[in-house]
Amino acid sequence: MIGTAVPRARARLSYWLVLALLAAVVGAAATAGIAAGSVALAAGDVWGIVLHRLAPALVEPTWPPVRETIVMDVRVPRVLLCGVVGAGLSVCGMALQALVRNPLADPMLLGVSSGATVGAVLVLVLNVSLLGAFSLPLAAFAGALGALTLVYFLARSGGRMTTVRLVLAGVATAEVLSAVASYLVITSGDPRKTESALRWMLGGFGGTTWDLVPIPAAAVLLGTVALLGVSRPLNLLLAGEEAAASMGLNVHRFRGWLFVLVALVVGAVVAVSGAIGFVGLMLPHVVRLLVGAEHQRALPAAALLGAAFMIAADLAARTLIAPQEIPIGILTALAGGPFFLWLMRRRAAR
Amino acid sequence: MTPGALRVENVGVAVAGRALVRDACLDVAPGEVVSLVGPNGAGKSTLLRTLYHARRPTSGRVLLDGEDVWRMSGRRLARRLAAVLQESPGEFELTVYEVVAMGRSPYKRAFQGDDTDDRQIILDALAALDVTGLARAPFDRLSGGEKQRVLIARALTQRTGTIVLDEPTNHLDLRHQLDVLRLVRGLGLTAVLALHDLNLAAAFCDRICVMNAGRIVADGPPARVLTPALLAEVYQVEADVTAHPRTGLPQITVLPGIDGRATP
Repeated sequence: MIGTAVPRARARLSYWLVLALLAAVVGAAATAGIAAGSVALAAGDVWGIVLHRLAPALVEPTWPPVRETIVMDVRVPRVLLCGVVGAGLSVCGMALQALVRNPLADPMLLGVSSGATVGAVLVLVLNVSLLGAFSLPLAAFAGALGALTLVYFLARSGGRMTTVRLVLAGVATAEVLSAVASYLVITSGDPRKTESALRWMLGGFGGTTWDLVPIPAAAVLLGTVALLGVSRPLNLLLAGEEAAASMGLNVHRFRGWLFVLVALVVGAVVAVSGAIGFVGLMLPHVVRLLVGAEHQRALPAAALLGAAFMIAADLAARTLIAPQEIPIGILTALAGGPFFLWLMRRRAAR
Repeated sequence: MTPGALRVENVGVAVAGRALVRDACLDVAPGEVVSLVGPNGAGKSTLLRTLYHARRPTSGRVLLDGEDVWRMSGRRLARRLAAVLQESPGEFELTVYEVVAMGRSPYKRAFQGDDTDDRQIILDALAALDVTGLARAPFDRLSGGEKQRVLIARALTQRTGTIVLDEPTNHLDLRHQLDVLRLVRGLGLTAVLALHDLNLAAAFCDRICVMNAGRIVADGPPARVLTPALLAEVYQVEADVTAHPRTGLPQITVLPGIDGRATP
């Protein structure tokens, strides 16, 4: 009927192949992450130790017990938490970009991470230790919840939540809370406190123990499953507000619900890792290039890629200038800044 | 998929104290194709928005087969009335197939994927709009005419009896304008279209409904509605309306109003 040239369909690898490859990358990154460190281990030993713990009958121990302790008590929880945080930020970034219908959105934009920072800095500066090792993540999560509530009510009026108001409320809240956090750090008058607060603000996984893993892991898992459940409404958001409404979506109610879900997951993640920028911005784009923007396909890929990326970034953070550790947020920003510029130029060229 | 009966009863829309639509009444019989015309800002799009759950009327009711659309859930309405809007997906590189598949959403629950029936409905819609070959192409890279057809295909997958189109011929060249309107005519659905081009409205619609300053000022068959007096009043232009010698359709010639040529 119409004589124009058919635009070439972008060649896409088979979806399941991409997913399998990403899973393999996660496995490889995790193996390397567990093997590398002040005591280097062979990949075979890493798998042997992990398998031995999971099914003792399967593998005979051929390694000194101290290595088993290093792997199981220090490195595995750290790598697991990296994977959880990376997956969470990546999946939340993707959902958030659909929510505000802007591909340049980042989970840190919600103001939630700044709220978490204020909570964490308060604990560090005031030396609170009411709840032992949990004091800091709990305070950070409480700060995130506070920021979430504030942004939610600033962004919502008369049952409507517009994307512009959400972004503005998030940015304004983030600025104010960052100022509060900086003020607390500067006026603490104790260089050690200042340093630990600064380290927290730049993000990192140093000193991760098993205790810290379950809550963010559960939050990320449940959050991802919930987002998969609403992958259709997420797609509809991409079509625009009115079109989504015409296809049966209660846009404002869904936006409010989605914002709360994403902010809770980001809060749970930031509480244990600190504010790690750019991950939630970059990875959803890479995923869309690989498997397209349709959320049912893209979300699982985003989770895998996020996990692999964060494990690799953490590996780099603790080995590049060992025995010193680089805060991981510095590395993700170093990678993310140029990526952001590349993305901008690519879009301008289209 | 039986064509719906649409009834707009005394609908008014006011935003921040300003009336965008006042006391609009409109009856569309099943299978009828009605166009809304009028100058920019007359309230055409706003009136359409009250049909597809984008703007709740401040007064009056919109009835679809006797049922108030604003008392239905969004999903229920989306199974009976589809909309083709000017706004379109951007920035995210969905494929044509994925854009069309969105139309199945009102039939789906959380976690429910597309089954064989859904896929067949999507493929049928792609075929009906002659865009099967574009199924895997990124929607963003299509031409205006192709995008418009894809969005109509999406509306078809909603399997509704009624379809609303907001300026479906915007940005299209002459041939694609005709293609799109022929298509809409051929669907056999109750259709309400906002149109700018009066000659096209006269050619493709059973009735023309003229809006001006938020009110419906004329409603009827094209030949009765489109008169020089109405065009002068609503559009403030001088125009001739003649029956076209070959089609017999009302033909509007706007007189440019340059010295000496304004009055024949």
